[in-house]
Amino acid sequence: MASAEQVAKDAERREIRDRWLLSAPALIIIFLAATGPLLIVVIYSFLTPGPYGDVVWKFSTDGWLSVLMQRDIFDDTLAFADAHLSIFWRSAKLSFMTTIFTLLFGFPTAYFIATRPARQRNVWLFLITIPFWTNLLIRTFAIQEVIRNEGIVNTVLIKLGIISQPIQMMFTDFALMVGMTYVYLPLMVLPLYASMEKIDFRLVEAGYDLYANRFQVLRRVIIPLVKPGIIAGSILVFIPALGAYVTPRVLGGSKNMMLGNLIELQFGQGRNWPLGSALSLSLMAIVMVALLFYVRSAGRQGGAHG
Amino acid sequence: MASRFDIRRQTGFTTIAMICFFALYLPIVTVVVYAFNAGNSIAIWEGVSLRWFYQAWNNSQVVDASIRSLQIASVAATIGTIVATMAALATTRTKPYPGLGFKYAFINQPLMVPEIVTAVALLIFFSRIKIWTGYSGLGYLMAAHTAFCIPFAYLPIRARLENMDLSLEIAAADLYATPWKAFRRVTFPLLWPGILAGLMLAFVISLDDVVITEFVKSGGQDTLPTYMLGQFRRVITPEINAISTVFLLISILIVTVFFFISRKKDQE
Repeated sequence: MASAEQVAKDAERREIRDRWLLSAPALIIIFLAATGPLLIVVIYSFLTPGPYGDVVWKFSTDGWLSVLMQRDIFDDTLAFADAHLSIFWRSAKLSFMTTIFTLLFGFPTAYFIATRPARQRNVWLFLITIPFWTNLLIRTFAIQEVIRNEGIVNTVLIKLGIISQPIQMMFTDFALMVGMTYVYLPLMVLPLYASMEKIDFRLVEAGYDLYANRFQVLRRVIIPLVKPGIIAGSILVFIPALGAYVTPRVLGGSKNMMLGNLIELQFGQGRNWPLGSALSLSLMAIVMVALLFYVRSAGRQGGAHG
Repeated sequence: MASRFDIRRQTGFTTIAMICFFALYLPIVTVVVYAFNAGNSIAIWEGVSLRWFYQAWNNSQVVDASIRSLQIASVAATIGTIVATMAALATTRTKPYPGLGFKYAFINQPLMVPEIVTAVALLIFFSRIKIWTGYSGLGYLMAAHTAFCIPFAYLPIRARLENMDLSLEIAAADLYATPWKAFRRVTFPLLWPGILAGLMLAFVISLDDVVITEFVKSGGQDTLPTYMLGQFRRVITPEINAISTVFLLISILIVTVFFFISRKKDQE
């Protein structure tokens, strides 16, 4: 009967409408205070900087141009903006190294937790969760306490007579690396643990039965099984590391800027909002590429395992 | 053979794990210990004292910033959790419908974009609105915090909903419960632990935020984290350690409660 069909159709339409109404407040708030403003950044990146910050409503591509090029103030010729490019490069390099280090330390840690008896596992997991939810600023400040000239590391080394002068670690790339590895380590451990928890150790046993040694089992059995966790963890660490602002500001000093600080500079002393906007969008573009890579490899993993 | 061959063991992994746990806690413990230092320095130990806690307690800037932090986090977490609960109800236990994927992407958007980018976007947007309306109160910070709290509240609520099947609600409907009654008497009590977990996550996330707050705040609107960030430019005293210690305690308390709520969920 057509009318029964009609009733069913109406009911479905009504349900979809209700579901839209129910999710509307969340969508509106996110649009107003997160997504919408991003669209304004796109517009601002094509305007002219105002004299005291903000912008003049005049179209210009200088913001985008100055991401890569700088105009010589004397003869108006264009040259590569070494300073910006080197900060891009530094940020990418430091974020990549942070990802590698958190992986090197996080993998055994997650494996250790995943191979504990079920009861103990929760305790170890809890111990990882606490630093994870501890304020980033406090953790950064805490790592500073350790690596400062008067910090624990230097004090202990001097007391032991290994060094006579404190090693200058603060305000170096080394400090940034240590700090970022420290603050992002739990972000790597948690997804690794999630995928290790599901390992079927009969596969490992089969590996040993086929005369594999520990290293071969790790490389040929465990790592392939944990690959989705490795990818997820790497993305979770790499993206926030790339846009890091607090850690480089506290540990890096003014000479060791990362992208996040360069962007801030344009909105503060630099007073070049269009350049700042273009830099923000460039950062976002890199992040999107990383995410796309993640979605594609996650899709392939899902496909391969059914 | 001396010991049983354990197929799970990997050489050196336990050692590295122990180093990691030690390294994770050493800096935090240092901060807490030096909060009780009697001296003026965060490097030289001069005996146990609570003076820095007293000093922080009597520092009106610290107290004001703490109150502001709590105000913002309460408003943001409450509104964020309410709208996230509604959104979770709208996006789970359903056949795919037009716009479902869009909703997922949209709700998780604040997690995808680097915080610094959202921060400058809000700086631009809100500074315009400030000029137009003349309003420069805490509303901007509350709105911004609410937006990035939503995905954090949404995740545990959605996870909990997806583990609940619809049969109980259908049974309630069979027993002539109105949809509202079925929600109030059946869905909501089952969903409550998820909502509580979402609320706490959102609260901690808002309390901890530095970057977005730093860019959105107007003059004199420091929260505890932005106040601390400002202090790092000066000579720091153990007062910062004392503030950090109290902050740490609050976070650990919330995380502990959260951990036990979500463990209970697993056991059911």
